[in-house]
Amino acid sequence: MQYALLIYTKPGTVEALSPAEREELTREYYALRDEPGVLGGAGLQPVETATTIRLADGQPLVTDGPFADTKEVFGGYYLIEAENLDRATEIATRIPALRIGGTVEIRPTLGPAS
Amino acid sequence: MLAVLVGYFGDFELAEESVAEAFAVAARRWPAEGVPPNPAAWLVTTARNRAIDRLRRDRVLAGKLRLLEITTQAVTETDVDESEIPDERLELIFTCCHPALAVEAQVALTLRSVAGLRTEEIARAFLVSGETMKRRLTRAKTKIRDAGIPFSVPSAGQLPARLTAVLAVNYLIFNQGYSMPGQAAHLANEAIRLGQVLVALLPDQAEPQGLLALMLLHAARRRARLSGPDGQDLVLLADQDRELWDWPQIAVARDILERISASRGPYMIQAAIASLHAAEPDRVDWPQIAALYAELADMTGSPVVRLNSAVAIAEADGPAAALAVVDGLDLSGYQYFHSTRGELLRRLGRLGEARAAYESALELATAEPERRFLLLRIAECE
Repeated sequence: MQYALLIYTKPGTVEALSPAEREELTREYYALRDEPGVLGGAGLQPVETATTIRLADGQPLVTDGPFADTKEVFGGYYLIEAENLDRATEIATRIPALRIGGTVEIRPTLGPAS
Repeated sequence: MLAVLVGYFGDFELAEESVAEAFAVAARRWPAEGVPPNPAAWLVTTARNRAIDRLRRDRVLAGKLRLLEITTQAVTETDVDESEIPDERLELIFTCCHPALAVEAQVALTLRSVAGLRTEEIARAFLVSGETMKRRLTRAKTKIRDAGIPFSVPSAGQLPARLTAVLAVNYLIFNQGYSMPGQAAHLANEAIRLGQVLVALLPDQAEPQGLLALMLLHAARRRARLSGPDGQDLVLLADQDRELWDWPQIAVARDILERISASRGPYMIQAAIASLHAAEPDRVDWPQIAALYAELADMTGSPVVRLNSAVAIAEADGPAAALAVVDGLDLSGYQYFHSTRGELLRRLGRLGEARAAYESALELATAEPERRFLLLRIAECE
């Protein structure tokens, strides 16, 4: 089964890391991407770089900022292949964001269109 | 049977429907052709073949079929030996209680799939509507299938944490059978059996043993708890005929308690309380029971525990003290909150308020023995 691992962090927690700590985290993120069963993934640049588009009166409306001003910030994702939810959870527990108070959402992807 | 098929396909709906079809086929064929030598094996094989056929026909599910690597040859009935069918109920119960399901869904699903309760019965036990419970069950089954919740017993490291929910479900099954003897008496035995399986699986864990002791103590009083021409009149603990209690069973429970008395867990403490209750009415150690309830209330933070402690407090310190505790609780949807208030108000001579409380309890009561008891009390308050 394919799962998306969606990574959320509390604002300021990544920024509060020392350069050495951030380097270590980055190294782990890239190492995880090379693990068997991990199909891909990407870290996202900080929320200040985000732009949002939606339709207003049928017309595209582009605005500054992320989708929602939430307490947690969406910071990156992995796409993985795993036998079941428990195996997917095992991979998710290795995501460094968890150690700085972050959360990972584990959601199965839709299968191929029938 | 259901457990084996859920294990095979990882899909509750598919398993349930193919089991139903297999029984329908049996009902048609066996009267004419005779019962096969291994009826259980026949049913499992037939159900499995039906499910395979369905998966083949449904293109959306055909991908799932490939994943399972099922051969194109349907297994014939004679291939399967009855002894090969494993008892996978433990896998089923741990799957039903997986943390990826909401706790209320875990409980409902286990009651439905392991204990076989009807959706309506489960709804009553949790004070929700049948429709709400049906939706809850459907969401849970869909989550198991779509999110890939595995059909397995947790690893040794995960087991203690996963056990808490399983024990809670086990106890709820027991209580269902205990309080509704007319409709569901067999559930109490089923729950005790499940409890014994859990004890056998986890001999180093105290709480499964605590729960088993608790259930044995409650069940030991079963014959004395009810009376009357149709066995549906409630007899209070103080009035129960001690001769009708199952003393050997009480002894077994007390042996268990002695072995685990150092491990202070919620079920072990409740069992210790039940053991103290199992004495002559004028010899019950109420202060000790009240102390155990206090320990339990601190441990769990549960308002229902504090409610239960009121009875012991009433015996140890008088009904006014107990009523003060009960009135501080927010349990207006709970039948026993009202019946307990009724008892305490009655003892304080406040009959008008007692009657109102009993009537509130009656609105929530579903078990026949309890309804009758409440009606008697209401009549006495005239």
